[in-house]
Amino acid sequence: MSALVSIVVLVPLGFSLVRALSVAPAKAAALIFRPIVGELLINTVAIVVATTLVCGLVGLFAAWTVERHDFSGRSLLATLFAVPLAIPAFITSYAWVSISPLFEQFGGALVVLSCSYFPFVYLPVAAALRGLDPTLEESAGVLGVGRWGVFARVVLPQLRPALFGGMLLVALNTLVEFGAFTLLRFRTFTTQIFAEYKTGFNGPEASLLAVILIALCLVCLLLEAMLRGRTRYARVGRGGRRAMRTRLAGWTKPPILAACCLLVLMTIGVPFGMIAFWLMQHNSAAISPVIASPELLAGATLSSIAYGVAGAALTLLLAAPLAFLASRYRGPLVTVIERAAYLAQGVPGIVIALSLISLTVHNLRPIYQTSFLLLLAYAILFLPLAIVSMRATFAQLRPSLEDAGRSLGLSRWGVALRIVVPLAAPGIGSAAALVFISITTELTATLLLAPIGVHTLATQIWADTSTLAFAAAAPYAALMTGLSLLSTFLLTRQFGRLAVTATE
Amino acid sequence: MLRCIPGETPARPVSLRSRSTRPAGGRLAVALLALLLPAALSGGAAAGEPDHLTLYGAQHPQMLDILVQGFKARTGITIDVRAGDAPEIANQIAEEGTSSPADLYITENSPELLLLEEKGLLAPVDKATLAEVPAQYSSATGAWVGLLARENVLQFNTSMIKEEALPASLLDLAKPEWKGKVAISPTDADFMPIVRVVEVLKGKDAALAWLKGLKDNAQVYDDDEAVVAAVDRGSVAVGLINSYYWYRFRTEAGADKIKSGIHHFAGGDAGALINISGAAALKASKHPQEAQKFLAYVVSKQAQQALANNDIVFEYPLAAGVAANPALKPFSELQPPSINLTQLGDDVEPAQLLRDAGLL
Repeated sequence: MSALVSIVVLVPLGFSLVRALSVAPAKAAALIFRPIVGELLINTVAIVVATTLVCGLVGLFAAWTVERHDFSGRSLLATLFAVPLAIPAFITSYAWVSISPLFEQFGGALVVLSCSYFPFVYLPVAAALRGLDPTLEESAGVLGVGRWGVFARVVLPQLRPALFGGMLLVALNTLVEFGAFTLLRFRTFTTQIFAEYKTGFNGPEASLLAVILIALCLVCLLLEAMLRGRTRYARVGRGGRRAMRTRLAGWTKPPILAACCLLVLMTIGVPFGMIAFWLMQHNSAAISPVIASPELLAGATLSSIAYGVAGAALTLLLAAPLAFLASRYRGPLVTVIERAAYLAQGVPGIVIALSLISLTVHNLRPIYQTSFLLLLAYAILFLPLAIVSMRATFAQLRPSLEDAGRSLGLSRWGVALRIVVPLAAPGIGSAAALVFISITTELTATLLLAPIGVHTLATQIWADTSTLAFAAAAPYAALMTGLSLLSTFLLTRQFGRLAVTATE
Repeated sequence: MLRCIPGETPARPVSLRSRSTRPAGGRLAVALLALLLPAALSGGAAAGEPDHLTLYGAQHPQMLDILVQGFKARTGITIDVRAGDAPEIANQIAEEGTSSPADLYITENSPELLLLEEKGLLAPVDKATLAEVPAQYSSATGAWVGLLARENVLQFNTSMIKEEALPASLLDLAKPEWKGKVAISPTDADFMPIVRVVEVLKGKDAALAWLKGLKDNAQVYDDDEAVVAAVDRGSVAVGLINSYYWYRFRTEAGADKIKSGIHHFAGGDAGALINISGAAALKASKHPQEAQKFLAYVVSKQAQQALANNDIVFEYPLAAGVAANPALKPFSELQPPSINLTQLGDDVEPAQLLRDAGLL
C-alpha cells in the first residue's frame, strides 16, 4: 500500500525525466544552451539566495524579539508574525504591484517573497528558542561572556537546525513560486515553463526546464544538509524550565518596536489595505474577465471549499499508511518509501500538473480533465505536509493498546477505526486543516488542471490580476484570504497557538 | 502554499486527549459538505448530450459570453467553455487528437487554426457560413471561418513622448534610441504573427536582427493587457499592442483619465498587421450538426452586430454589412501589409526566431 502511494507520487516526476531524456542530445543542448536559460538561471539563483538570506535575518530578528523580550503586546505580535503564512504570495504581490510598478522585477520580488515567507524561519526559530536550556546561557554569562557574546556563541549555534530548516523552506518555496513572479514581471524557470506551455510548446522545452528546476531544488536540499551538519544539540538532563526574557527597555526599545511595527505593516497591512482599497474602487466589464456577481463569488468559494475538503481527504488517505509506517518501523525500505513521497516537495506544482496532463491525455483518458485528476495533483503536492503532521501523532500511540484490541477480538480494521483513529484524531485534524489551507490557496496546479466550467477563488483572482483588473479581483482576493485566515484561526485555536509549526 | 521538508518532526507534540463530544455545529457542517461536495466537484460535466456543446475558447470571456448566450437564446443549446491561451488550447486539441471532448474552437489568431487544419482535426465549414465573410479572412480550404479582425498599433504615453516622435515602422523600435522605452509581450499569442510578417517581408536574418535589437530595448510583460496598463501608468513610453486593448482600457478608466493614445504604423508596414479571430468545428465532435449551427450563428448579422455594438469587444466584425464600433478607425481605412493568412503560417518559425533571439 505504502509502496503504491510512493509510486503514484513518482510517476509524474519520472514522466518529466523520461520526456526530457528522450530529446536527442543535439536538440537538448540547443534548448539548454539558448540565451534565455542563462538569464533564467541568474534570475532564479539570485532571487532564491537573496530571499533566503533576508527571510533568515528577519525571521531570526522576529523570533528573538518575541521570545527573549518582555513588553506589552508581545503575544499579539507573536501571533501577527505567523499570519503571513495564511496569505498566498500571489495575493501579496497583487497588493504591492497595485501600489506602484516600482515593486516589479527583482526588488519587488524580494520584498514580496520576504514578506510572505519569513514566518517559515520565524516559527521554527521561535519554537527552538523556547526549547533552549537557559542554564547554558547563564553559565556563559557567569563565565564572563557579554550579552551579544552569549547570543553569538551559545544561542545561535543551537538555533542552527531550526534556522537552516526554515531557510530551506524559504528557498524551496521561492524556487517553485509562480504566481507572484508572473505578476511582478520577474522571469524565472517557473514563469518560463508556463510561458512555453502558454505558447503551445509543452514538449521537450518545458520538460528540460523542469529538470533544471528539479536539480536546483535538490541542490538546496543538499546544501541545507551540509550546512546543518551532523551536530546534535541534545541535552542530558531536563535543564532549566524558565523563560529567558529580559524587559525591553532603554535605547533599544524604540528601534526594535518600530522595526516590528514596520514588519507587521508590510506583511499584513499592505495586503489587507490594498484589498480593502480595491474593494471600494469602481470596476466595469471592459478589462475584467470575471465580473464579481454574487453567484460567481458563491460558486468560486464553494468550489474552493469543496476541492479543499475532498483534496485533504484524499491526501490524508494516501499519507496515513506512509506516516504510520514511518512512525513504527525503521529500515532501508521504509526510508526509501518515505523519502520517495518527500521528493514531490522539491518539484514545482507546474511540473506535476503538466506531466499529469500529458500522461492522462494519452494513457489514462478516463481521468483526463476530471476533478479526480486535480485532487490527485493536490495529494501529490501536499503529501509531505500531511505525513509530517501525522507521523508525530502516530509515534505517540502505544502499540500495546492496539495489541490489547486485537487480543480482545477486534479485526485489523476494527483496531484502526476504533483505537488508532480516535487516539490520533487531533493530529489527523491538524494535518487535514493544513492541507485544506494549502489547497484553497494553491494556484498553478488549479489553473492547469481545473475541469471545464470549474472556477475557484484562485483561478478567478488570477484571471483578473493577470489583466491588471485589480478592482475586479478584490472580492475574490478578500474571500480567499478570509477563508485562509478563518481556517488558520480555527486550526491554531483547536491545536495550540503554534500548531502551524508542524510545517517546520 | 505551505510545504514542509523531509525528516523534521513537529516542534510541539500534539495532545493525545481526544474529545468525547463533538460540537453539533461540526456535525452539521460535515453533513452540509457531504451534500454540496458532489455538486461542487462535478463542474460542467454534462457534455456529451445533444443540447450541450463544449467550446475550447481562446478569446476574451466577455466576447465568448456574448456568443454563447446569444446562441442559447436562439437554439436552446447550452455551451460549456474551457478557456485558455490561444496556442495552449490549440496544442491541447492537437494532443487530444481524434478523441477531444471539444466540439468547437474559437481563437484570436489564425496561426492556431492553421495548425489544427494542417493536422486534419477540423471539419469543413458549411458553404453558406463561409459565404457570410469575405473569403480572404477565412481558411483557403474552408476548414475554419473568420469572425473578427483587429489592428496592431503602437500605444504611447502622452506625457512621456510626442506623437510626432513615434516611428513610421515597427522595425525602428529595434534602434538604440528606443532602449528601455518599448513594452512588448513576446509570450502573448498576438506577438508571433507580427514576427512572422517581418520574416516574410524582410527575410529571416533581418527578422532575427530586429528581434535581438528589440530584446535589448524592450521591457517584457506577460500579456498585452499588462502592456496597455503599464504604458498608461507611465512605466514605459510605448507598447506594441492590438488596438482594442487600448479601447477597452479607455472604457474602464474613463476617456478623461487616460494618459495614453494609439499610433497607427505607416501603410503596408509589418506593424500594421491585421489579426483574424476565427472559429472552427472539430472533426471529433459528436454533434456535428449543432456545431455547424453555432458556426452559422457566429457569422450571422445578429451575432456580429452584438459583437460590434458594445463597449467590451472593440474588434471589427467581418460579416458584410455590419458596422464596427464607431470609436474605431474605419476598417476600410486600415492599410495592413500585403500578406495572406496562409503565408502567416502556424507559429512554428516565429517561435524558433524568438528562441534564437533570447526572448523565449
